[in-house]
Amino acid sequence: MINWNSFFFLLFALVACFFALAVVFTGSVVRMAFFLVLCLSATAGLFFLANADFVGAMQLLIYVGGTMVLLVFGVMLTAQGPFVRMKTDGGQWLVALIVGSSLLAVLITAAFRVESWRRGPVGEAATASTNLDPTATPIGMALLGVRVDAVDEPDAVLRSGLSGYLLPFEIVSVHLLVVLIGAAYLARTKKRVRDRTV
Amino acid sequence: MADYLINNVGLFGSYPWLAYLLAGLVHAALLLQLVAVGALFFIWLERKVAGRIQDRLGPTRVGGKFGWLQTLADGIKLIAKEDLTPGGADRLLFKIAPYVSFCASFTALISLPFAFGWVAQSLNIGVFFVIAVLGLEIFGVILAGYASASKWSLFGAMREAAQVVSYEVPLGMCVVVPVLICGTMDLTTIAEMQRGWFTNWLIFHDPFTFITFWVYFTCALASVNRAPFDLAEAESELVAGFHTEYSGLRWSFFFMAEYGSMLLVSVLAAILFFGGWNGPIPITDWVGWSYESGTDPVTFTGYLSNLLGMLNVLGKGVFGVTFMIWVRWTLPRLRIDQVMKTCLKYCTPIAAVMFLGAVIWKYNFPGGLFFRSQVPLANVQETWQGGGGRLIENSGQNSQQSVTITARSDASQSNNQTQVVVANDSRRQEEALP
Repeated sequence: MINWNSFFFLLFALVACFFALAVVFTGSVVRMAFFLVLCLSATAGLFFLANADFVGAMQLLIYVGGTMVLLVFGVMLTAQGPFVRMKTDGGQWLVALIVGSSLLAVLITAAFRVESWRRGPVGEAATASTNLDPTATPIGMALLGVRVDAVDEPDAVLRSGLSGYLLPFEIVSVHLLVVLIGAAYLARTKKRVRDRTV
Repeated sequence: MADYLINNVGLFGSYPWLAYLLAGLVHAALLLQLVAVGALFFIWLERKVAGRIQDRLGPTRVGGKFGWLQTLADGIKLIAKEDLTPGGADRLLFKIAPYVSFCASFTALISLPFAFGWVAQSLNIGVFFVIAVLGLEIFGVILAGYASASKWSLFGAMREAAQVVSYEVPLGMCVVVPVLICGTMDLTTIAEMQRGWFTNWLIFHDPFTFITFWVYFTCALASVNRAPFDLAEAESELVAGFHTEYSGLRWSFFFMAEYGSMLLVSVLAAILFFGGWNGPIPITDWVGWSYESGTDPVTFTGYLSNLLGMLNVLGKGVFGVTFMIWVRWTLPRLRIDQVMKTCLKYCTPIAAVMFLGAVIWKYNFPGGLFFRSQVPLANVQETWQGGGGRLIENSGQNSQQSVTITARSDASQSNNQTQVVVANDSRRQEEALP
């Protein structure tokens, strides 16, 4: 009997990895963006597979939609000729390899450090337990300052620490507002100061 | 459907993956039929309506009466056409772009319910998913515009990108209003809450939702790129916009995507504002045919009532599409600055004010003034996996807000539903606190 969860996980993961590599090895900017979209969509597929519908839809809306804006600006602001091509020289490859492989090393060691993630192959019983009815309510309540998943915490001191994400949420909102105003300020039509000497 | 097969048919009980495969294939085939046949019908309808509005007859000859075979004839013509690729084009992207558009428009239909329980993949965040995937449709348009290596195409694509990115903001705000009133993003639940007479429809919930619907419709017109917002294919300036270089079947994929999205936003409007499959008059409720939410068994009368409900939803959707066609042939096309002005100076502020108004209305009349849901709240409230009844007090002892979570252990509930009630009055808080 095939474990279909593993099968689809591998499928989406392979698609994501393949197109991630395709992004690196393609020269054309727009093709890169297109491959990036496919890679990110496959990642969204992984989220849907893990029953994290909200995160999956978020991935589609923000990352895939954001790539589109990136593509538009990339083409509008950088295009000299009809099709933009990028060439990477040896030094850049070297730096990219060093950075990429060190990040990979850090991530792999971090992932295998976590005790509870080293449970061995996941059987049917374990997959069944993750097959809950997934909703976005805990996330929404947590953003409002109530962690529904942390109600059972017996220690009162710890419980008051798990009081949701209201403050980070507000900080991010203010930050975005600042960015928005800044962008509007930079993009405004500048008033010309008249040169009175002429 | 897959669960039903696994539980009731012996063969599928031993091979569950076969049931999932079959269910997936059936769902995909049905939705594909809806998009394809829908496009055939809507193109014919568009011609007829355009003809009548311009005091003509429209197609009359092909297929006998009313020219109803006209689109099919067009389809055969399109298949027979040569599939051209411009010499300077980016061949891979040029060939793949129509499919990207079509896939996005088709994928969004997956989580759209057509009757109670009739949804290919029921998602707890259905509205959000539909809006997220709908936004991906323009990706194909931009790719097409860029890969064609033609300035007309590129201009059309850039206009469309600017337009759709801007209009997603007010569209999202409008969609949030029904979600706010129902307290869930599940489309099936939103429609079930509007059960009964047409006065239960969310558009008549309060004055703010009434205006919200019209803003939603305007933004939906813009985001599916229909006239008067069809700048991306403005034929008087840009030849044909992003699909200038396309011919044959690839061109028709763009059209199928466009008509698919039109039907999609119309059906979404029907579910969010017009009660979904709950008609103006609750006939199937009187007869006692319709499913009670929360019950599981499949009955013949329930099936029949679902069928009527599906016709109801599709009827509302087709009416929405007809309305779009009517608008297209009535209003002149806007200029690009007018499009932006409509979005940023009118739609967004109006949507924001309506959102605020709906919040205030909901706060002052939690039960609704005209809106009385016949379905008990516990049946439709957001479900959340949890244990027995308990109280959250970690929102801070001095906070005015208390959240009571009461689990319902009814056997009639299909899954372990937990009702989340946010109570603002301190009286209730005192009762709840131990």
